[in-house]
Amino acid sequence: MKKDILPAIRLTIATIILFAVVYPVCVWGIAQLSLNNGKGEIIEYSGNTYYSNIGQSFTSDKYFQSRPSAVNYNAAGSGGSNKGASNSEYLDTVKSRIDTFLVHNPDIAKNEIPVDIITASASGLDPNISVQAAHIQVKRIAKVRGLSESDVQKLVDEQTEKPLFGLFGTEKINVLKLNIALDTLK
Amino acid sequence: MNTEILGIITTFLIAVALAIPLGKYISKVYEGSKTWLDPIFDPIDRILFKIGGINPLKEMTWKEHLSALLTINLVWFLISMALLMTQQWLPLNPDGNPNMSADLAFNTSISFLVNCNLQHYSGETGVSYLSQIWLMFLQFVSAGTGMAAAVVLFKAFRKKSTDQLGNFYNFLVKSCVRILLPVSLVLALILVFNGTPMTFEGKDTMTTLQDGNTVEVSRGPAAAFIAIKHVGTNGGGFFGTNSAHPFENPNYLTFMMQMIGQLIIPLSMIFAFGYFIKRKKLSWMIFGVMTIGFLLLVTPNILLEQNGNPAITSLGIDNSLGAMEGKEVRFGAASSGFWSIVTTVISTGSVNAMHDSTMPLSGMNQLLAMMINAFYGGCGVGLLNFFIFIILAVFISGLMVGRTPEFLGKKIEAREMKIAMIIALLHPFLILTATALATAFPQFTASTLNNPGFHGFSEMLYEYTSSAANNGSGFEGLGDNTPWWNISTGIVLLLSRFLPIIGPVAIAGLLASKKYIPEGAGTLKTDTSTFGLMVFAVIAIIAALAFFPALTLGPIAEHFSLYR
Repeated sequence: MKKDILPAIRLTIATIILFAVVYPVCVWGIAQLSLNNGKGEIIEYSGNTYYSNIGQSFTSDKYFQSRPSAVNYNAAGSGGSNKGASNSEYLDTVKSRIDTFLVHNPDIAKNEIPVDIITASASGLDPNISVQAAHIQVKRIAKVRGLSESDVQKLVDEQTEKPLFGLFGTEKINVLKLNIALDTLK
Repeated sequence: MNTEILGIITTFLIAVALAIPLGKYISKVYEGSKTWLDPIFDPIDRILFKIGGINPLKEMTWKEHLSALLTINLVWFLISMALLMTQQWLPLNPDGNPNMSADLAFNTSISFLVNCNLQHYSGETGVSYLSQIWLMFLQFVSAGTGMAAAVVLFKAFRKKSTDQLGNFYNFLVKSCVRILLPVSLVLALILVFNGTPMTFEGKDTMTTLQDGNTVEVSRGPAAAFIAIKHVGTNGGGFFGTNSAHPFENPNYLTFMMQMIGQLIIPLSMIFAFGYFIKRKKLSWMIFGVMTIGFLLLVTPNILLEQNGNPAITSLGIDNSLGAMEGKEVRFGAASSGFWSIVTTVISTGSVNAMHDSTMPLSGMNQLLAMMINAFYGGCGVGLLNFFIFIILAVFISGLMVGRTPEFLGKKIEAREMKIAMIIALLHPFLILTATALATAFPQFTASTLNNPGFHGFSEMLYEYTSSAANNGSGFEGLGDNTPWWNISTGIVLLLSRFLPIIGPVAIAGLLASKKYIPEGAGTLKTDTSTFGLMVFAVIAIIAALAFFPALTLGPIAEHFSLYR
């Protein structure tokens, strides 16, 4: 053991230089070529910048709602509810979310509400909702904003992101992009 | 076929297809024969050995290997403690995060040292960028340590009879430089160009569209970290919610790449073993058993998550998207079910969904994956764990046919069997004893649970299983940053990492020095499907017998309360 100490310390120093300095600096250097220089992708709209990957809280009737969040979309941290499937307190929360949703969207039936819009995401920062979740909000948005339903529905269709290469994964909608598009519509 | 399932199958097939050529490359790296990357890596190796004052050609016995391995790990531990407890005053801390308490630093240091990455802190608030980079360093070298130990096994069965098993530092450096580094670099760049941050600037502020409120957004040098977190099967996230965070895993392409990133080294190590000892058929036997085990765990999870929570279906909404609590829309329920098993059969422990909120039996399969811990397994160590099961199966089969048990021309005798049994029983012993203690002292643990009833018990069982399997995922609702959890899991981590490395390496070393017996008509063939079945039976019996009672108290009971 004793004779191993010196090589261990010296090799540690050498590998620190390689893996903790050279490697991250290389990645950082190449990141300068990416969008926004590796600081996270942003959208600029009317003088403000937003992170397109970081979800925001949308609760007002004139915007498409985002998913419930265990951290209230505070991107200084992140977190899910971690509630177990059988937790009765949690099921009560879900029930009240359904009721609230129906109050704000009186024109839709309960069995049209997709599960993602009444359950909290894993990160608490989910930027997306399902296509169905946007679809059932079209009537409300059209009414509140005085737009035609077909115009709003067209917007939703335009903002629908297909699965990767049309083959892999889910269909989804970025709520922030959809709502910005909605604001530009009027 | 729907696009979610197609995505999963494609991901897995790409990983297997890449693992075979990579296995060949890895075998060449450890043999020391020429590869096309030598012009880049030869000079790097030379510099590292020069600074380290190491002669990579000096052969070591298995005892010398273990001594070198443990010593360098001790050095890393001491540096880590010092750094984490003083990070507040050190550079690269733009968000002004505080020093870690001693018990948290102890837990964090050990858990990164042992390739577990349990993370009782949250990345955004608990560590500085300097600490993140240090932890990233540990992600490289801890994976390299596991691989270097596995190479001792490779060496032991390559030659007929020897006690010269190569040089530990040589294997460590080559694993890190020639295998982990290039794969990580590729993955890091894919992430960077898909929106994962790689910046040394601190938190940014943005105003929200709806209310014009100010929200802070955590960033950091994440891409480099996330790449080795997967390639090294470490699993520790840069951000608190790991690969569920939209910066850490921005889209479905990065999902696929991170899945492949964590599958690829454990898979290719299986093939590398076959190439190295020139018994490719043995690799296919191992791969076959592991893959059947993997599929048996992953298929129900995909289905359960896709079908969703019955308690929510009964509320009368459209539950066709599946169990979306604790999941992200860009991945969906099926892909999250798939990830939850990949990350637990392999000792990664990264998550793209909150395991705490998965269906009870999905949780059970995640637990079983870690309890077995040998279906693929972590970098290098997965193969070592599987080796223990092979030894047990050889012994039992030998007794059944009335012959001296042999594996690859070496007699398995009492000493090897004792070590194998101790290691096989250590895992259930640590998990069950620790969980029993946690249950017996509710004054330390009851208030840390996030869910009542059976699920609360599952949270504790999961925490210790994850520690003992060096996995690092969690039922994250558990409030685990308390002295009880930090210290008790820290101890479990230490024992469950180093003993299962020492045991198989010792067996390999002992077997290597034995006389080689040429294979004859009476030799038990170990590269056949019959023997594969035998290994599978041994694994199933040990796991089922040891853990079934505990699983009944947690996930199984919860399942029956939910699906009435």
